Amino acid sequence: MENLAAGPPIITLRGVSKTYRRDTIAVPVLAALDLDVAAGEFLALMGPSGSGKSTILNLVSGIDTPTAGRVVVAGVDLGGLDNAALAAFRARHVGFIFQSYNLIPVLTAFQNVELPLLLTALDRRERRQHVLDVLEVVGLNDRSDHFPRQLSGGQEQRVAIARAIVSDPSLLVADEPTGDLDAASAAEILDLIGRLNREFGKTVVMVTHDPRAAERAHRVLHLDKGVLVEAVRREQP
Amino acid sequence: MRLPLQYNLRNLVVRRTMTLMTAGGIALVVAVLVLTLALAHGFSATLVATGRADNAIVLRGGATSEMMSSLSRDSARIVAADPAVARGPDGEPLAQPEMVVLVNLLRRGDPDASSNVSVRGVDPQVFALRPDIRLREGRMLRPGMDEVLVGRKLDRRFEGCGLGETLHMGGRDWRVVGTFDAGGSGFDSEIWGDREAFLPAFDRVEYSSLTLRLTDPARLADLLARLEADPRVRAEPQIEREYYRLQSQQLAGVIRALGLFLVVVMAAGAVFGALNTMYAAVGSRSREIATLLALGFPPRSILASFLVESVLLCLIGGVLGCLLALPVHGVSTGTTNWASFSEVAFEFRISPGILAIGLLASVVLGLVGGYFPARAAARRTVSEALRAG
Ligand SMILES: Nc1ncnc2c1ncn2[C@@H]1O[C@H](COP(=O)(O)OP(=O)(O)O)[C@@H](O)[C@H]1O
Ligand SMILES: [Mg+2]
Repeated sequence: MENLAAGPPIITLRGVSKTYRRDTIAVPVLAALDLDVAAGEFLALMGPSGSGKSTILNLVSGIDTPTAGRVVVAGVDLGGLDNAALAAFRARHVGFIFQSYNLIPVLTAFQNVELPLLLTALDRRERRQHVLDVLEVVGLNDRSDHFPRQLSGGQEQRVAIARAIVSDPSLLVADEPTGDLDAASAAEILDLIGRLNREFGKTVVMVTHDPRAAERAHRVLHLDKGVLVEAVRREQP
Repeated sequence: MRLPLQYNLRNLVVRRTMTLMTAGGIALVVAVLVLTLALAHGFSATLVATGRADNAIVLRGGATSEMMSSLSRDSARIVAADPAVARGPDGEPLAQPEMVVLVNLLRRGDPDASSNVSVRGVDPQVFALRPDIRLREGRMLRPGMDEVLVGRKLDRRFEGCGLGETLHMGGRDWRVVGTFDAGGSGFDSEIWGDREAFLPAFDRVEYSSLTLRLTDPARLADLLARLEADPRVRAEPQIEREYYRLQSQQLAGVIRALGLFLVVVMAAGAVFGALNTMYAAVGSRSREIATLLALGFPPRSILASFLVESVLLCLIGGVLGCLLALPVHGVSTGTTNWASFSEVAFEFRISPGILAIGLLASVVLGLVGGYFPARAAARRTVSEALRAG
């Protein structure tokens, strides 16, 4: 069995600092942070609220840029990209899973999942096929015409996951994906994310407060006061 | 790259109360715009339709309207003898002097309201020169009698103008022996009587104008040159239709200016409504916008989408406004023709072009009202907007 942590890194952070500025007050969040994530790895980030976990996800996914340091993801040095290039990078390489699903309420499940494909050159037929395929993966092909308000929280999150994988990105970032769910739905979502990692080879970086969620990961990192500490490392079962 | 149109439409439906209120404001603006243009159009159409392209009207040199013109009997005779003037079957020139005065008449059903009406002293053979005009009821004028014909837009609007009624003007009573139909032109708002009976009654010696048939409209220039060269006359011919067209331009312009001023004031209010609605939309969809940006939609897609939404919103208003204005099409109204200070009856005329302008205006209002909110949406920083959600 391959040691995934030893594979080629898909994410490399070197000396990364992030300081937010509120008016004249500087809020340092991350300082001189180093991090490597191997392709195919499932990494969990834990830590107290406000420690900067979401900030790391934002830097890794090209939503935000560091104050200092280098971020290289999927071979792309994000430091050199302008906003348009970052948007294109996100569309191509990153699938997002949010705590509160962030589905567009006025669009059906199908249309929500189709959104990322509108940024590709695929025609309507091809888009339709891709959407149906991923709805099948998340087990919701019978709900494609439902609006988000007609779905349960767990179903909404599954639609969101379908949207995250429909354009086949190599990296999934999930920010507390089970934070709004009951235990049963949370377990389903974690199973699904685990499957995407194992069967579809997606690299997963997941922020979570839930120790049971962290159990699914190959590696758990704790972030506290700007320092990352490795808490758990296990070989893939 | 474009977000689906359904996304915008459904958002408008979800916020239907706000959508309808905003669209209602736009609808009022568009309705007033359409009505203003329809009024000016109807007015122009009425006066433009007045007069023939092969008739010339001769006024005193320098006079800009019949009201300000006077022409002596000698001048009229000299002009009528010109070779450019066509002749009738009897070999006589088709040229008729006319006299126009304004008479203040009471409106029917309202003893306090009165308006100036154009009263024209014509030749008993007036239809020979104006074959498009026909007798509608009653009979023709008899020479030398105290009789009048009334245009079809006046008989029901003014006291004493109905067939068989008696009008008092110029110190005399005139019996209405007929009504005529001038095909919706300005003549429909005139009263005609025998010129030779009118002259003494209204204390006139000279005519106001001479209307003549040209053998060929192209010979107008020859006629003009000869009249200018002739020291005995001071008279200036122009094509009759052109004369009325110029007369109409002034008032049509005033209607447009006043109406458009109202439109601009209202449009400012309506744009604020749209602006407000779109800012509210952008505000309440913060997280949605952040999500779309995170998925990789470029800011210009977000900008375009909110602009489209604003335009759709205002276009709904535009369509409503046109529907609101449509029933007024064909409704007749009267206004004072400032060029002659006389009452002219005309209709609101809504044309496809005017409706297109109304819809276009609503699109422009949508773009103006939507631009700043759309730009604000497109400029959001994803990380901040996601947190704000
Ligand atoms: N856009 C921002 N502007 C200002 N401060 C921010 C911003 N984003 C995050 N922060 C601050 O940075 C710190 C870390 O935030 P975050 O990464 O969201 O923490 P976590 O996800 O671990 O709860 C917090 O103190 C937060 O207030
Ligand atoms: Mg967070």
